Amino acid sequence: MSKRLQGIITPIIAVLLGIIVGTIIMLVSGYNPISAYNALWNGAFGEVYYFGEVVRQVTPYILAGLAVAFAFRVGLFNIGVEGQFIVGWLAAVWVGTSFDLPKIIHLPLAIIAATVAGALWAYIPGLLKARLRVHEVIVTIMLNYTALHVSNYLIKNVLTNHKDRTGMIKESASLRSDWLQSITDYSRLHWGIIIAVICCFIMWFLLERTTKGFELRAVGFNQDAAQYAGMNVNRTIILSMVISGAFAGLAGAMDGLGTFGYVTVKSGFTGVGFDGIAIALLGGNTALGVFFSAILFGALKVGALNMPLEAGVPNELVDIIIALIVFFVASSYIIRVVLNRFGKKDVK
Amino acid sequence: MKKRKIGLALSLVLAAGTILGACGKSDDNKGNDTAKNGDKKAAFSVAMVTDVGGVDDKSFNQSAWEGLQKFGQDNGMKKGVGGYTYLQSKSDSDYSTNLNTLARQKFDLVFGIGFMMQGAVDEIAKQQKDKHFAIVDSEVKEPNVASILFKEQEASFLVGVAAAMTTKSNKIGFIGGVESEVIERFESGFRAGVQAANPKATVDVQYAGAFDKAELGQSIASKMYSSGVDVIFAAAGATGNGMFKEANDRKAKNPNATVWTIGVDRDQSDMGKDVVLTSAVKRVDVAVQDIATKAKEGNFPGGKVTLYGLAEDGVAAAPINSSVANKADIEKAIKDWTDKIKSGAVKVPGTLKELKTFKAK
Repeated sequence: MSKRLQGIITPIIAVLLGIIVGTIIMLVSGYNPISAYNALWNGAFGEVYYFGEVVRQVTPYILAGLAVAFAFRVGLFNIGVEGQFIVGWLAAVWVGTSFDLPKIIHLPLAIIAATVAGALWAYIPGLLKARLRVHEVIVTIMLNYTALHVSNYLIKNVLTNHKDRTGMIKESASLRSDWLQSITDYSRLHWGIIIAVICCFIMWFLLERTTKGFELRAVGFNQDAAQYAGMNVNRTIILSMVISGAFAGLAGAMDGLGTFGYVTVKSGFTGVGFDGIAIALLGGNTALGVFFSAILFGALKVGALNMPLEAGVPNELVDIIIALIVFFVASSYIIRVVLNRFGKKDVK
Repeated sequence: MKKRKIGLALSLVLAAGTILGACGKSDDNKGNDTAKNGDKKAAFSVAMVTDVGGVDDKSFNQSAWEGLQKFGQDNGMKKGVGGYTYLQSKSDSDYSTNLNTLARQKFDLVFGIGFMMQGAVDEIAKQQKDKHFAIVDSEVKEPNVASILFKEQEASFLVGVAAAMTTKSNKIGFIGGVESEVIERFESGFRAGVQAANPKATVDVQYAGAFDKAELGQSIASKMYSSGVDVIFAAAGATGNGMFKEANDRKAKNPNATVWTIGVDRDQSDMGKDVVLTSAVKRVDVAVQDIATKAKEGNFPGGKVTLYGLAEDGVAAAPINSSVANKADIEKAIKDWTDKIKSGAVKVPGTLKELKTFKAK
């Protein structure tokens, strides 16, 4: 079986397995799986409103998935997408609320601010990894908490006067559009999806079609070999973390400038960054794969909200089914081994 | 090689078939649903959206759902679309989707539980002007939104009186969740109550910075008890559960230790029968029932803030623990203060600023 084909079929099997085991669990606990999956479908695509909400959810998911995938391709585990997402969100809203500029300057400025904030936040673990060989997983996890609490402090003490949320961003910094809202019956769909799709293309182009991308991938395959070939491994590590963080910060801008238009004091993580890890895994760390798996996760997340209401399935069971799909995705290695077995038998 | 590709193509077609099959079915069902909704349009229906705490948070989401269930049962309604129901939010971005879903399912009134939903309610109320919404713990200035606020300071004042009369060391502790307007009302009311009943007592105020960190609550409570504090009031959601654990642990090690706790939101005496002195009860259930009843009768208080204090039975002090030595005295004092507050003779401070100028009569 060709590698490419395997790459496509493994995630599909993972999703199907998740759905099948979910069905069994629902049958055992006395719920009707058909009506449950119907409710899931209706909640994601049943009405144009829900479709708009799915696209809205998919937008930051694509970027968070790209962020994780990009670092992955260079052999780095960026668990800090959540933190970079939060600082990006904060930076976007900060610029969005505090300036009065024409839209053509204001909106790009807010987006760039978010990108830079995310990139800077990821620069720290990149630098530590490159210079001192501090493992990026630990640094990025810790920086998630730092980002959460620092941004909460800034919202309370700098952006507002001890309030729980900032005011709305200025209209000139908003990604929202009345037209998009009107065709989707007041969903929070915004222009960010176009940015997300462009970023998919950028990631593909950067990795597959440029010299720098070749270097990045080479370091991902084998650092020593890359070093031996005369590539600057340390600089590549930092660069990859910075680009990864830029994607994550951009994801934050999507929520800050599009979905919400403000930022609130958070008592915990948003989960977007962590979902990004699963999305990147399911998408095989490629730009196109991330795009499709983000659609799946977005549809699952939005559709699942409808399951308790329409099918009477309790929230906990919905969580289990979603988690099962993620589980089978994560264990795609097993699927790959099984596929290879069958493949070999066929050859004989 | 070819064979395998055919097999693959087959399985893909099968998969596509199942997915498409599901589409067909879902369309059929949707038709039925709308028909059903049309039939039931006459009956009153009400629903609520929880914040990320979930419906079983042992605090205000749970209390709100209990109120809604009671309202539904009293009016012979069924759980589900066309009757009464709830949706849970798993993240901040779910609020808007959940509120919209319920409004779309033609619920006559949709509650948003918790101040975190303020932005979402505000936005949707502007879009769906013919639908009614209500929000708890926050204010939304739209003609189709009823805002529900509580005078937490009044309940806190009463438990402050109880704390001040129970303490032997004259050292009392307060653990807040996240610094916010709501918790500030708790803090100022509590400190005013302590000051009114026992001016010699001091209050050690600490904020945990989270509503869901029991371990933080426990370490703060531990430090307070070790420094001589013998009564602690936690207005910190699930963070307060750590305080109960610390107090129970100390009581288990040394049954003669004087460690008291004060619960919040609902009567939390079930968190430790030897250590819970009383609770500052916030009757979200009463408020939810009240607003739902008003809406059903056609008196929906849209665009207005409905305040629930002692006088409206919206807040209260839970019964005093029976093992307190001067239980009768405390109950009498609480009753006196309750009357004074209800009659308006005493105005409990709701902010730290007001607390500075507060003088107990």
